[in-house]
Amino acid sequence: MKQSETSLTRRAALTGAAASGAGLLVLRSSEPASATPEAMRAVLRTITGDAPVRKGRVQLDLPPLVENGNTVPMTVTVDSPMTARDHVTAIHVLNERNPQPYIVTVHLDHRAGKASFSTRIKLGDTQRVIGVAKMSDGSFWIGEQEVIVTIAACLETF
Amino acid sequence: MARALINVPKTAKVGDIIEIKTLVSHPMETGYRVGLGGEMLPRDIIETFVCTYNGAEVFRTEFSPAVAANPYLSFHTMATETGVLEFRWEGDNNFLLVETASITVE
Repeated sequence: MKQSETSLTRRAALTGAAASGAGLLVLRSSEPASATPEAMRAVLRTITGDAPVRKGRVQLDLPPLVENGNTVPMTVTVDSPMTARDHVTAIHVLNERNPQPYIVTVHLDHRAGKASFSTRIKLGDTQRVIGVAKMSDGSFWIGEQEVIVTIAACLETF
Repeated sequence: MARALINVPKTAKVGDIIEIKTLVSHPMETGYRVGLGGEMLPRDIIETFVCTYNGAEVFRTEFSPAVAANPYLSFHTMATETGVLEFRWEGDNNFLLVETASITVE
């Protein structure tokens, strides 16, 4: 009887420790750590130049919680009529916590018919992924998605 | 050595928006990983992918090390005429892979 009591308390203690550990992990990964968010903003500036960047029209479909950062399915869709006069010319996808800020860039024109593509990416940490679309009139639109990563890609470097 | 899987509809009507899916076998080594002996594994990625439709470029991508191994891509184009779609992947260490697929457009 006494033994089962002790094992119960031990279990409770372990669960508590595990829970607080998880809490710590979440805190650690959500605090700003590296200079990479600035690097992402710098890349964004080189893409857009002085042109205004508006929020919207770009939708990133990424799972909100990723177990394995080595293969994360991603679909990017841009709201555009895709006509000869009004279409998407390029879509850039950037990140703020991988070793480098680029993910993928696609170039297309009105012949695509639909401004949407899918691929699989690597994510090294819990972070924000952004998509920037350049339209044929020279305007830029931006969309973003926050992704929580539990097992990072290229773990050896972190 | 490298192999690709390509999925293009065999037939389509003029003006149809078709979906093209490609999957290519490639390690996409980032250049940021450390090997078993403690040495840095050199970068080995596919840098560009281009799709042409009867010689005209319809879709082009630039990959970075943040694209997962064995890059998968799904994208769209409008069926305009019967012909050949060419897919071309190029990357580090003179990686080059060219595949084609035919489409009949009615």
